Amino acid sequence: MNHFTPVASLIGGALIGLSTSILLLFNGRVAGISGIFGGVVIPRRGDVAWRILFLAGIVAGSLVIARLLPEAFPRESVRSLPVVAVAGLFVGFGTRLGNGCTSGHGICGVSRFSARSLVATVVFRVSGMATAILTNHVFRGLR
Amino acid sequence: MNKSITAFISGAVFAAGLGLGGMTQPAKVLGFLDLAGAWDPSLAFVMLGALGLNIVLFRFILRRVGPIFGGVFQLPSRKDIDPRLVTGAALFGVGWGLAGYCPGPGLSALAAGRIPALVFVVTMAAGMVAQRWLDGVLDGASKGAAAKPARG
Repeated sequence: MNHFTPVASLIGGALIGLSTSILLLFNGRVAGISGIFGGVVIPRRGDVAWRILFLAGIVAGSLVIARLLPEAFPRESVRSLPVVAVAGLFVGFGTRLGNGCTSGHGICGVSRFSARSLVATVVFRVSGMATAILTNHVFRGLR
Repeated sequence: MNKSITAFISGAVFAAGLGLGGMTQPAKVLGFLDLAGAWDPSLAFVMLGALGLNIVLFRFILRRVGPIFGGVFQLPSRKDIDPRLVTGAALFGVGWGLAGYCPGPGLSALAAGRIPALVFVVTMAAGMVAQRWLDGVLDGASKGAAAKPARG
C-alpha cells in the first residue's frame, strides 16, 4: 500500500534540517512548528510577525509542492473527521503542555542533544506507535 | 525586514521537506507508526536526513556569538525532565497516532486545501487554548492554596 521511499525521504529530511538551520543561523529561533503556531494562536506582543511569515512560507511551499508533487497531499482520508478532530485536540494540548512536537523536540532539540527533547521524542514516538497499532488492529471502530 | 525574509524562506523550505519526505501523507505516517502492519520505514529516513544535517550545522551555528541578523540564540534552557514534559509528549503522541498529522504537516495539508487538515488545525488551536486555560486555572488554584494559612 505504502511505497518505501528512502531517497525522497532522506532528501526531504535534509530540507527540513536546512530549514531549521536557516531559522537558527539568521533569526536565532528554534523551528518548532507547534511553538511557532501556538505563538500566533495565543499571541505575545512583539513576537508575532516572524511567526506569521514562517507560516506564510509553509503555505507558499505547500502550494508549490501541491503543484509539482500532487501525491504529497492525498485526497482520500484515512480517518473519519471526528477522529481527526479529537486527534487535533490531543496534538494541540499535548504539544503546548510538553513544549514541542516532532520538529521542536524531535529535530531541533535532538540535534542539540537536549535531554528534555530526547525524552519527549522517545515518549511521543512510543505513544504514537501504540496509538496507531491499537487503532489499526484492536479498536478498529476508532478509524 | 531581513529576519522576515529568512523566516519566510525557512517556512517554505520546511514545507518542501515535509512534502518530499512523505510527512504530509497521513497514511504513510501511520504506516510508519504501525509496526504491526505493513511497516513503511521511510519516515525514519526523514529523521535521519534532518538530524544528520542538523547535528553538523547546529554545531557550527551555535559556535557563533549570535544569529547573523542580530540578537541572541533563543534556545530552551531547561534541563529538568518534569511530569508536564512527559505527559504532554504522551498526549501529543496519541493525537499523532490517531490521525497521522503532527503540527507541520497539518498546516501544510491545510494550505493544500485538504478538509481533514482544516479540521485538525482548528481543533489543534482549540487544544492549545484549552491547555493555556487549564494552566491558568491550576495556577490560580495552587496560588489560592498557598495563600491559605497552613493547617495543623
